[in-house]
Amino acid sequence: MPLIVAENVHKVYRAGEVEIHALKGVSFAIESGAFVSFVGPSGSGKTTLLNLIGCLDKPSEGRLTVAGTDVATLDRRRGASFRGEKLGFIFQDFNLIPVLTVYENIEYPLLMVQDLPARQRSKRVLDLLAAVGMSEQKDKFPDQISGGQKQRVAVARALITSPALVLADEPTANLDHATAYQVIELMKRMRDNFGTTFLFSTHDPKIVGEAETLFTLEDGRLSDAQAGPGGHHG
Amino acid sequence: MAKLLKIALRNLLRYKRRTLLTTSLITLGVVFVLIFVSVTGSFKTMMIAQNTDAMLGHLQIHRKGYVASIDNLPLNLNLNAGAVERMEKILAAQPEIVAYSPRIKFGAMFSTFVETTNIRLNGIDPAREFRTVPLLPERILAGDKELERGEIWIPELLAKGMKVKIGDTVVIVATNQEGSVNGRQFKVAGVLESATGPGGRDGYITLEDAAEVLRMEGRQISEVALRLHDFNQLDVLSERLGTLLDQQLNPQGKPIFEVHTWEDLSPFFNVARMIDLMTFFMKLMLIAIVLVSIMNVMIMAVYERIREIGTIAAIGTQPGRILALFLLEGLSLGVAGAVLGNLIGTLVIVLVNVSHITYDFGRQKNLLLRAGIDPFEVFVLSLIVIVIAVVASLQPAFKASRMEPIKALRHI
Repeated sequence: MPLIVAENVHKVYRAGEVEIHALKGVSFAIESGAFVSFVGPSGSGKTTLLNLIGCLDKPSEGRLTVAGTDVATLDRRRGASFRGEKLGFIFQDFNLIPVLTVYENIEYPLLMVQDLPARQRSKRVLDLLAAVGMSEQKDKFPDQISGGQKQRVAVARALITSPALVLADEPTANLDHATAYQVIELMKRMRDNFGTTFLFSTHDPKIVGEAETLFTLEDGRLSDAQAGPGGHHG
Repeated sequence: MAKLLKIALRNLLRYKRRTLLTTSLITLGVVFVLIFVSVTGSFKTMMIAQNTDAMLGHLQIHRKGYVASIDNLPLNLNLNAGAVERMEKILAAQPEIVAYSPRIKFGAMFSTFVETTNIRLNGIDPAREFRTVPLLPERILAGDKELERGEIWIPELLAKGMKVKIGDTVVIVATNQEGSVNGRQFKVAGVLESATGPGGRDGYITLEDAAEVLRMEGRQISEVALRLHDFNQLDVLSERLGTLLDQQLNPQGKPIFEVHTWEDLSPFFNVARMIDLMTFFMKLMLIAIVLVSIMNVMIMAVYERIREIGTIAAIGTQPGRILALFLLEGLSLGVAGAVLGNLIGTLVIVLVNVSHITYDFGRQKNLLLRAGIDPFEVFVLSLIVIVIAVVASLQPAFKASRMEPIKALRHI
């Protein structure tokens, strides 16, 4: 069974008197372990779609199932639990918590969301720190590390709860090309190591090439789904 | 919870200056309230003591209905020997009572042979009266502090107005309960400082002289003043005595006695209440300071961290934990302010006491300002600050916990 199934998903926003049809009947399916990119110009609906898959928003119409759960049925509390258990997030601006160290930022979801015992937490955080190459920076605060390092920490934080799916909205937008490439490579390596499905949006053509499956969005419609240069079709 | 507290504390330290200012404001508020409560409390205690220890006593017992007519000093409402005996039996069984003094109170004519005026007199047993109201001798401005038979202490204003000196002979003329008039000569043995409050401008003669002037047959008294070992036992003893004495009935089956505390008898009770009211308003001001300052800080904190709230909500933090995080920040500010305020306030109180600051009140000169604070008061004050700090954080914390992650993440 696919990890994500979207059937004729619509999303309409109201901005005052104006209705904005951000998604217009999107349908697709994504298997577990895929490394997928949503591409398209600004305003094409990439972020809206990622928000729906991430249970941060609900479709106006249609059905969207993530890990067997219809996202429209989740209320605020259950939505939070679902995100904490099944999903990981990587943000364009890294969104690390400034008062926590690198170690604590990665540990945060285990502490606040999964409430794991200290010993288990420590082992998993140290393993992931090593996996993303940030062991030596573990005691630094976010303002003491570079943008690329911050995104590595964000990748580790997204993976710490062993989620089924990691969503990354423009994860490389604030990074130079070399660093962006490294981050995408890291994400791919993490997918290979942990079997986690990665979905990311981007409009950087060089990064697009790293995806194994590409979904192209245009004006709220899925115009194309194809195997990317980075691998097999998901 | 410990980790959540750690994050809350780090969040507070993120804006050091703002946290410092808010904590300082709360600390200052607590310090001022503590000092105010301790100094006014000390003044109130002294003022009450001045009233009860110089004139009133802590408690008074009268015949039922006497206090309602106390301005007339009604002789027909005196207690007779039998009633006094029954009362004394009850008083003897009360361990809280250190002394009690029976008094005969009456109105009389005061004559210097040249001029005549009226006077309110207390017939007392000097030894028992001094044990009951130990500051009475302090009010004697001139003359002897011993009161013998045939002697009278008169109030200062009367002595001045009538130009009476120590050693002068005066005549006291009084009408007794049956309506017959009797007079007797007295030697002025002391001049008493006038004091505000009931009994503050009364003269004193011995109990025996009073009975003689009033031609009393058998033992009679108008009131009994009581002094307690521990003033804080006043309400307990008053209630118990009230109950016990209410069981003492006259032949008509009605209670003989009535018990009144100094609060019922002295207008100074209203001053004491005013001090309590001022303390209450000081506490209200403190509440307002804590409420406004913490609410302001927390509203700012939520506004500045909207994206951060969005992030932690997106990664699965439950709304309740976000609420708890912000409440803990407010709580920490309150606890820090309360602890620092109590420490500094206590230090100031100690300094006040070490400095031996003195003041005058009535007859009492160079009274030492003893600023003291009840630990319970410190506890209540701390509790108020901490509870208000949490209450002030509720709205911002609730707002943070209810924030839609998607909107919060879009916030710039």
